[in-house]
Amino acid sequence: MDLSGILDYLVGFAIMAMIYAIFALGLNVHWGFTGLFNIGIAGFFALGAYTAALLTSPPPDPEQFEDFIFGGNLAQHGLLNFGIDLWFVVGIAAAAAVCGIVALIIGTITLRLNDDYLSIATLGIAESVRFFFLNEKWAANGSKGLYRIPKFMGDLVAPENYDYLYLVVVLIVLALLFAAVQRAVRSPWGRVLRAIREDETATAAAGKNIFHFKLQAFVFGSMVMGIGGALFAHHVRFLSPLTFDPLLATFVIWAMLMVGGSGNNVGAVLGAFVVWGVWAGTQFLPGVFADPSFRLCMIGVLIVAIMLLRPGGLVGEWRRMVVRTTAPPATRDPTGFD
Amino acid sequence: MALLEVSKVVAGYGETEILHEVSIAVNTGEVVTIIGPNGCGKSTLMKAIVGLVRVRSGSVLFRGMDISGHDPEQTVRGGLCYVPQSDNVFPSMTIRENLEMGAFVRRDDYRDRIHEMFQLFPDLKPSAGRRAGSLSGGQRQMLAIARALMLDPVLLLLDEPSAGLAPALVQSVFERIRDINATGVSILLVEQNARESLRMSDRGYVLSGGSNQLEDSGPALLGNPEVGRLYLGG
Amino acid sequence: MRSVFSQSQQSAGNLRSPLRRLGPALSAGRVSVLVVAGMVVAGFLPFMKLGLVVNGLIFGSVIALGAIGLTLVYGILKLGNFAHGDYMAFGAYVAFFVVDGVLPRVGIEGAGLGPFTFGIPVLIAMPLAALVVALGAIALDGLIYRRLRDRGAGTAILMMASLGVAIAIRGLIQLIWTGDTQHYPRDSRQVYHLPMDVRIPPDGIFVAVVAVVLVFGLYVLLTHTKMGKAMRATSDNPSLALVSGINTRHVVWWTWGIGGAMAAVAGVLLAVVQAQLLPIMGWKFLIPLFAAVILGGIGNPYGALVGALIVGVSMEVSTQWINPSYKPAVAFAIMIGVLLARPRGIFGDTQ
Repeated sequence: MDLSGILDYLVGFAIMAMIYAIFALGLNVHWGFTGLFNIGIAGFFALGAYTAALLTSPPPDPEQFEDFIFGGNLAQHGLLNFGIDLWFVVGIAAAAAVCGIVALIIGTITLRLNDDYLSIATLGIAESVRFFFLNEKWAANGSKGLYRIPKFMGDLVAPENYDYLYLVVVLIVLALLFAAVQRAVRSPWGRVLRAIREDETATAAAGKNIFHFKLQAFVFGSMVMGIGGALFAHHVRFLSPLTFDPLLATFVIWAMLMVGGSGNNVGAVLGAFVVWGVWAGTQFLPGVFADPSFRLCMIGVLIVAIMLLRPGGLVGEWRRMVVRTTAPPATRDPTGFD
Repeated sequence: MALLEVSKVVAGYGETEILHEVSIAVNTGEVVTIIGPNGCGKSTLMKAIVGLVRVRSGSVLFRGMDISGHDPEQTVRGGLCYVPQSDNVFPSMTIRENLEMGAFVRRDDYRDRIHEMFQLFPDLKPSAGRRAGSLSGGQRQMLAIARALMLDPVLLLLDEPSAGLAPALVQSVFERIRDINATGVSILLVEQNARESLRMSDRGYVLSGGSNQLEDSGPALLGNPEVGRLYLGG
Repeated sequence: MRSVFSQSQQSAGNLRSPLRRLGPALSAGRVSVLVVAGMVVAGFLPFMKLGLVVNGLIFGSVIALGAIGLTLVYGILKLGNFAHGDYMAFGAYVAFFVVDGVLPRVGIEGAGLGPFTFGIPVLIAMPLAALVVALGAIALDGLIYRRLRDRGAGTAILMMASLGVAIAIRGLIQLIWTGDTQHYPRDSRQVYHLPMDVRIPPDGIFVAVVAVVLVFGLYVLLTHTKMGKAMRATSDNPSLALVSGINTRHVVWWTWGIGGAMAAVAGVLLAVVQAQLLPIMGWKFLIPLFAAVILGGIGNPYGALVGALIVGVSMEVSTQWINPSYKPAVAFAIMIGVLLARPRGIFGDTQ
């Protein structure tokens, strides 16, 4: 591989890592700051990606698509003819909105109940979204998938250099989202979230409506994930329901947040780069180490090990780490206080 | 030597320390009551003695042996049984099954003991097959005490046995406690109903803010004007 | 943490239905709900194909074996075990290893025993797989969950760890047996034709019989043995179990042992019914499992049994009207419906 080949590879790698970083940020809002257990990231990933893709894709050619009747084309209709680049922005916003609405529905149903129910429900959402796009061929061409998803400002640069431009686009979106998440969690609102995570009963006793705060955090984090999905769609420019298997669309993201440290936004972004680097890098290793099954197994082992050894993540939330090392072993009482 | 000797026990939950060097003692055959305001650590003290809350420092001597590091299971085997304040029965199990669970560590035939419990608490017998969750508050409390008695304990710890009961039932619970004490079981009691329980107690302790305030005989505490004003409602 | 159980039973008290505030009608008790449910089912009955109902009951038996183990662990250890489906899959693959790699060496081979597609090897392998998964589940508890409980870790940490276990097991299965489809040696067999267009595969009868026997065995264990009663007591009220002198460590072992063994049997039966093994078969089964558990009320094994049959029949019967590949979504829809109307399950109280 020559130098420019390596550079191309690195740019492609950085784009994916940054998209994953967006998901890790969204998950951080859920788990890291609020303690919401979302194991259906793949569902929001897919919803965001498909929403953006469908809104921006050119009309399906009946010759090529037998069942696929829906799909974009809005960009070329009369009043809505803003041009594809503006539709890119609309697509991203719509992706966030769709994920937000789904999160609102699921959250309203489950967040009043025990924490466990949310996780089971998110699992169901992820699977249902996949079934939908797999079976409803009219909506997104089923298992054959959507292709020729347009580029954002694709006319501006030569195709072989397009990734450099997209790198900047993703970087800007990531920076904006990072700032937004950081700002949100440092606000009084964010402090309530962390209070909920640490001690729900006490926070409720302090007069906070736990349910509303959890719901807001769940919707917010899911919208961030939706934006990640949209960026992903315009990067790979091909979507099929098989893209969103739990491994690469959910578990890897959990590993990223775990490595980076839940409750720590810088850690989440770093974790995305490290885990994606290890994931992408190990494919060059010899023998069993390159085996995807082995890497899958290792992701599981990694998550268990982090839960056992460093529940705050490898980097950890700084303040919590200090508390953890100085506090005596927890003696939470099973029957509550006096 | 006292049957139970708690000295300078420090305990709490997580980072919060509830008990600051609390010391109490129960002699064989005694009824001892602990009174004090809400949140003073009475229940935590009970849980620390029985082993549900870890004792951080200090010691809990029961029959001369330090049990402060023991599992509840070991403590129970030693003859120290505990009735929590709430959630003190197995709701989905029948009365008979509840009693069987109380006898879990017994290897011998405990059917006679179940019979004795039905004699001590006649209310329970006709509904032996009923689920504990469907019992009234009074019956539930009786069952909870009966469950703890299944092991023939030397010392019985009762956490607010009269809480939430109608006045008539409170009386009968205290009568039962006296009956149990008469059979030779020593009793350590935490009570909101301080006046009633001090009346039948040999000694009492006043706990406040997680530490000892006063210790005296039951009648003396009842007669103490300051105790009366602060903890007995005037 | 002195207690084996970090999670308090008070969490169960936090359950609240979002619809409950709509009025007393919904909290009027289990009878009315069951009556309404019965009427709905009865209303659909004339339109259901009886054959699908029978298939659903067979499929529901497999769900039941998985769901009962899941609900026991959930109730007693306060852990929604995301690895339970993968315990099933692992059980199926262990049996495959025995059937494919071990028994032929000692001359035990064959398929098509009597009316069934499978042979003696599967019958031998099934209890072995149950034993392996039971011991494995107990070992994993000692390695992972016990440590987390001792540290006082919350439900979410425990569930996260179980997710890690699920991923690791699936990776391991793929690593050892590849991601390709496998199957037990089988001969094709005639299905039984009954009136009203009902066709029952003989394997389905085997599955149902195994499920009935195991569920009955569990019932006897839970109601007539000391350990079984101790398990129920621990599920009811962990801290009271502790101060009653119940050896909760043994209770934990038995819970995982029974849950693991039943999961392994469910996995083998699933592989028999579907005529194939896939590494992802367990993960895909999670939604029906959890739907059955929630439907029956968490921690209630009899509820899980009924819930599993309802979920199984609903999934099968739904194929009459909608695309069969939506079957898991049907289970999910049932689960959401239950969460809306009766979050403590059809047998739970409405408080």
